[in-house]
Amino acid sequence: MSILVDENTKLCVSGITGREGTFHSLRNRDYGTQVVSGVTPGKGGQDVDGVPVFDTFHDAVAQTGANTAMIFVPPRFAADSILEAEDAGIELIVAITEGIPAHDELRVYNALKNHGRARLVGPNCPGILSPGKANVGIIPAAFFKQGNVGVVSRSGTLTYQIGNVLAQQGFGNSTIVGIGGDPVPGSDFIDILGLFQEDPETELIVMCGEIGGDAEERAAEYVAEHVTKPVVAYIAGFTAPPGKTMGHAGAIVSGSKGTAAAKAEALEARGVRVGRTPTQVAEVAVSLLGAAA
Amino acid sequence: MDLLEYQGKQLFARHGVPVPSGKPARSVDDAVAAADEIGYPCVVKAQVQIGGRGKAGGIKVAHNQDEARQHAEAILGMDIRGLTVHELWIEGASDIAAEYYASVIFDRSAKAPLVMLSTKGGMDIEQVADEDPDAIARLHVDPLVGFQDFHGRRLAFEAGVDGDVVRPVGAMLAKLYDAFIAEDATLVEVNPMIITPDRDVKALDAKVTLDDNAMYRHPDNAELRDLSAEDPQERMAKERGLTYVKLDGDIGILGNGAGLVMSTLDVVAQAGGQPANFLDAGGGSKAEAITSAVEVILSNDKVKAVLFNIFGGITRGDEVAKGLIEAFDQIKPTVPFVVRLDGTNDEEGRRLLAEANLPNVVTEATMDGAAEKVVELAKAAA
Repeated sequence: MSILVDENTKLCVSGITGREGTFHSLRNRDYGTQVVSGVTPGKGGQDVDGVPVFDTFHDAVAQTGANTAMIFVPPRFAADSILEAEDAGIELIVAITEGIPAHDELRVYNALKNHGRARLVGPNCPGILSPGKANVGIIPAAFFKQGNVGVVSRSGTLTYQIGNVLAQQGFGNSTIVGIGGDPVPGSDFIDILGLFQEDPETELIVMCGEIGGDAEERAAEYVAEHVTKPVVAYIAGFTAPPGKTMGHAGAIVSGSKGTAAAKAEALEARGVRVGRTPTQVAEVAVSLLGAAA
Repeated sequence: MDLLEYQGKQLFARHGVPVPSGKPARSVDDAVAAADEIGYPCVVKAQVQIGGRGKAGGIKVAHNQDEARQHAEAILGMDIRGLTVHELWIEGASDIAAEYYASVIFDRSAKAPLVMLSTKGGMDIEQVADEDPDAIARLHVDPLVGFQDFHGRRLAFEAGVDGDVVRPVGAMLAKLYDAFIAEDATLVEVNPMIITPDRDVKALDAKVTLDDNAMYRHPDNAELRDLSAEDPQERMAKERGLTYVKLDGDIGILGNGAGLVMSTLDVVAQAGGQPANFLDAGGGSKAEAITSAVEVILSNDKVKAVLFNIFGGITRGDEVAKGLIEAFDQIKPTVPFVVRLDGTNDEEGRRLLAEANLPNVVTEATMDGAAEKVVELAKAAA
């Protein structure tokens, strides 16, 4: 088992004919993901290395049975593309695009929530990898192998860093989910924590947060009430000054809110072990898994 | 992007929000001319993006031309909590019967705009929130439905505004909400929002933050940037497409991916060092981008040592190595570099670096080891 993406994923890529879209779609296919179609308005009927391209998501779903979408279009077209994918009946939408206007994200989030048909992961995220099964996004799969650690993270490269230390210790991952660094992520920590709790393959969960917002604090509450599996957390940005956006649009300490220290404290108060460095997180995870074995 | 008060008021005016008429000025003569045109009494206001301008002496009423000149001379160039005043805003003085507070905030936690109204205007709203939270009426608006008249009524009644201004205050909130949506703002705040003796509602201040990601929809707003408030190194980085935040320390940091860079700053701090900057070279950086980034880092002359922390996904270790080699060729840095390369093409990158045999470049195998090494080198150079 794993969560969100696996052998049954049938992926349709919005923006498959763009340079990055093509590169990563084919990389995902090489990994073993079923990349069944792509969407680029006006390029219907073409193909990208054998993957058929359609003008609309509706055509792509009707003709290829796609159940998952990956959004690779530029920011100004991204909200529209997500809403189109949802309207066409796609169940899981993974938005890689970085730089979508915050108000667009707000509208999309609320529309999807109201309809209750599709789950959005991202935007501004590296995607989802279930090692050995499917890769949807830009995560460098070579560094990860199948295993029992679920990872959910606001940061891409930080996930690679932690996953790599775990892999060096001989541990693998059930699924790695990048929820993205934007202010309004389609899925939050708690959404993914809930899925990992239900996933039999996942025995330990690593959550990787950063400054800004209160998603980590809410995750702490959720873990205390709903998660029985061990959770190890990392928070980036202890040295970030207030008022400065640290690379991610969502990573900003506003006034006294959103600091790394407050998040770490909230998590520890709810029994979540917080590693002070990525290496320490991996070490704690290894010690917990070792103890469980 | 944060707007200056007058830029916010000009934005408000475009959405029908009543504001006192005024003019910006960058020199004493311009300020006096503006004051003459507006008429006396008028207010001379320092334009800096920080609260507490009044207390610092940055807001003064002028009753005649001499006073306008005196105030403009005193305020231009003044330092207000670390910011130098480069611009003034001269506006007609307003008569005030009551001071309220109004704002629309992008509430990322509730995933909806939050509209707030209070009759306790003209003071620090965070203090009001701490001491008397019930004095602030709050309401979330469904962004798919938008601000309705009833939202305005509920807020006005709950905040306890004077009965005769319930409707105009509600109308004001609707206009502020319009501006918030139409301009892709993440914050619109009016403190104070005043009621005049004639029972008109006016925005006496304006605090507006715009979403940088939406600037392509608002080319006019993109030109409003307060360049004088931007750090020259941050501006240089922005022009090169790099995400750079200047910090106070002496260890230059370069990494790929915002999370990893933030984490690198933390690990350096834990090792006893002080980062000089945050620099995310981004995913898929080519050699030129790395060279360019090294230039930005070294343009801060406080930097005594530099740490490269790369975990390559899309970014390739060999490209990073090539960029660094090129930077040494072009810039000939004298400070030591510590390089940690992992991920895609890491072996190739390390091989290139070893072959180039750059002076002052040390490679480390782990992030923690690299952080300790760079701290040691920076201390030795201090």
